[in-house]
Amino acid sequence: MKKIILILIFSSLLVVIAIGILAQKDYEPTKLMKLKEKYSKKEEPQVDHSKFAILQEKFSSPQQVTAACVTCHNLTAQHVMEGNHWNWEREEYVKGRGIVYLGKKNALNNFCIGTHGNELSCAKCHIGYGMDITGKIFIDKKNIDCLICHDVTETYAKAQEKAGFPVATLDLNKIAQDVGKPKRTNCGVCHFYGGGGNNVKHGDLEMAMFEPSKDIDIHMASDGMNLQCVDCHLTNQHSISGKVYSLSSMSLNRNTCEQCHTETPHDTNILNEHSIKVACQSCHIPVYAKGNATKMYWDWSTAGKLKDGEPFSEEDSLGNHTYLSIKGNFTWEKNVKPDYIWFNGTASHYLKGDIIQDTSKIFVLNQLHGSYADDESKIIPVKIHLAKQPYDPVNRMLIQPKLFAENKGEGAFWKDFDWLSATEVGMKESNLPFSGKISFMETAMYWPVNHMVSPASESVDCIECHTRDNSRIAGLNDFYIPGRDHYASLEAIGKWLIILAILGVFVHSAIRIYAYGKLRKGTKQ
Amino acid sequence: MSKKQVYIYQGFERFWHWMQALLIIFLAFTGFEVHGEYTFLGFQYAVQYHNLAAYMLIFLIVFAIFWHLTTGEWKQYIPTLENLKAQLNYYIFGIFSNAPHPTKKTVLSKLNPMQKLTYFGLKILIIPLSIISGLLYIFYRYPTKHGIDAININSLEFVAVFHTLAAILLILFFIVHLYLITTGDTIISNLKAMLTGFEELEDDNDVQSQEKSDDSQSSTKKLD
Repeated sequence: MKKIILILIFSSLLVVIAIGILAQKDYEPTKLMKLKEKYSKKEEPQVDHSKFAILQEKFSSPQQVTAACVTCHNLTAQHVMEGNHWNWEREEYVKGRGIVYLGKKNALNNFCIGTHGNELSCAKCHIGYGMDITGKIFIDKKNIDCLICHDVTETYAKAQEKAGFPVATLDLNKIAQDVGKPKRTNCGVCHFYGGGGNNVKHGDLEMAMFEPSKDIDIHMASDGMNLQCVDCHLTNQHSISGKVYSLSSMSLNRNTCEQCHTETPHDTNILNEHSIKVACQSCHIPVYAKGNATKMYWDWSTAGKLKDGEPFSEEDSLGNHTYLSIKGNFTWEKNVKPDYIWFNGTASHYLKGDIIQDTSKIFVLNQLHGSYADDESKIIPVKIHLAKQPYDPVNRMLIQPKLFAENKGEGAFWKDFDWLSATEVGMKESNLPFSGKISFMETAMYWPVNHMVSPASESVDCIECHTRDNSRIAGLNDFYIPGRDHYASLEAIGKWLIILAILGVFVHSAIRIYAYGKLRKGTKQ
Repeated sequence: MSKKQVYIYQGFERFWHWMQALLIIFLAFTGFEVHGEYTFLGFQYAVQYHNLAAYMLIFLIVFAIFWHLTTGEWKQYIPTLENLKAQLNYYIFGIFSNAPHPTKKTVLSKLNPMQKLTYFGLKILIIPLSIISGLLYIFYRYPTKHGIDAININSLEFVAVFHTLAAILLILFFIVHLYLITTGDTIISNLKAMLTGFEELEDDNDVQSQEKSDDSQSSTKKLD
């Protein structure tokens, strides 16, 4: 009887331990609830701009609006003019180069390549007025375009190729009287269209994010928390947190999920431990380009074909350009599984005039640094944009062509469709040598994917990485992860030993059966 | 030579044996799913249940060690070379001619020399290898700047290789063990003994040892 009781006690102890470990630990069940509560309270404006007399005087130019703004916001212009939205560059320390003012002036990309000589067109997204072809930065604060970020009527718009000036027909008074904190539309009107069209560059920032559903972005969903860009990209004196690594080199001023969600947002320890080496985005953004396709490949080498002397375009079934005479061939993809890399927050960039040693391999324009052994590194999801872009095979330099001009005959490729003259003019404006020879080489750019976070229920499943075949992180081979990796030689030996053991058992038992049969026969006789 | 039913495996011993067997089979089943061999429970559950069963096994083994120390049963596992050759000969030759077991099974010495050697190896090498590598696996920290450098293991691979090795050795043990169960007096006599505690043993010893076995039997009876 005592024995049974002892066994019962022992078994029930085991059961208690089992339940204790199995039960999900809800130490802080309200973490997410608190966040939801915090962000569901929408800020009320502190002042009513329509009551200010200065905003009721008739404005005839956008500069007059800025002049009115700075009468009250008398320190703001200085802050704006210190920021990278104004200067098109960041002060960055780059290993091997020292301090570099990294920006569109000196870094090349593999979309529209670079800005030099294309300023009138590019200024559509610049927050200044009257930018000219020399690209000089204005010191007159009246040239700051306050409204492109602070118009909340969604009517303000910059004109095409007018050096940053707005459309002429706007009612500037009405707009100026209704300004506020930037909304998704204010940021998106530039950042969603980088590279010359919707979702060309990022893959995770596109016009579907103006009014996204929960499936597209759980944070910004207009039927959900409806967060605005600046809710996460916190701003201090017009210096906005977060940056894109096409033009950043240092691990500074980054935006992270942890700033709201903390480093231990999960109920289970094993998931929280993953956050030591895996960025939140890696699991919580299973696919990007959810609303519209994003550009994955750009082949400049086919650009310049004409039909009857006129440029033309071709489209795929989704309505994306697959060929443009001014730009070449493109490949677009929708609902793309990201690639994964180690990233520690630092990057190095190809700058204009750099000499490429090996032009036969795919050359990475913004190399993101990191490895398993580096304790600052985490696995992040990226979009890899590949391109074939022009370079000078003699000087081994990427070419900055002149693409845009107002008139034919100025050498701009988009008007004249001649690589030679476009390169001559573009390289001259950039003060770079040109040998007269043009080739095309493959380049890659890495775009960290940070937006389009899915609902938790749709996050990447364990098995998608922890699997022998087609692991999402199959490309990261500098470490061991369970389920994906194994020790082939040990396992081969193990398998053979097991087969031998089973064979041994069969042989031994067969002999036994045979021998017993014989013995029994013997005793019978 | 008469035969007698002897109470050879006590209650805790049998509970420990079967619980350990169940847990090890379950650990192998979930472990090889974590290893990527097949998908059944789903990776997350396989990991969770594997860890849970591991803690249960450690808990059980701690109890078993305590039991072995306090009852003195640990002495059963001290390996000996005596009769080892005869035992080996029996499995290779004698068994086929229905020769008698070379080692007499008694309550005080219920393991033959091969068993002693195997279980000793299991307890001293394979189980500790499995548990230590398993605990390192559970508590493995990826290299971090906040960790203590001295206890950072730079690769999980090192841990995983030993854990896999232990698993393979356990499977080998399991296969051979299952088979050797059938080599008792009858095919099921060993299995029956481990289930009921009683085994029919040869009673050719002097009165003293017989009394002793009676003693231990009655002493456990008293427990009931």
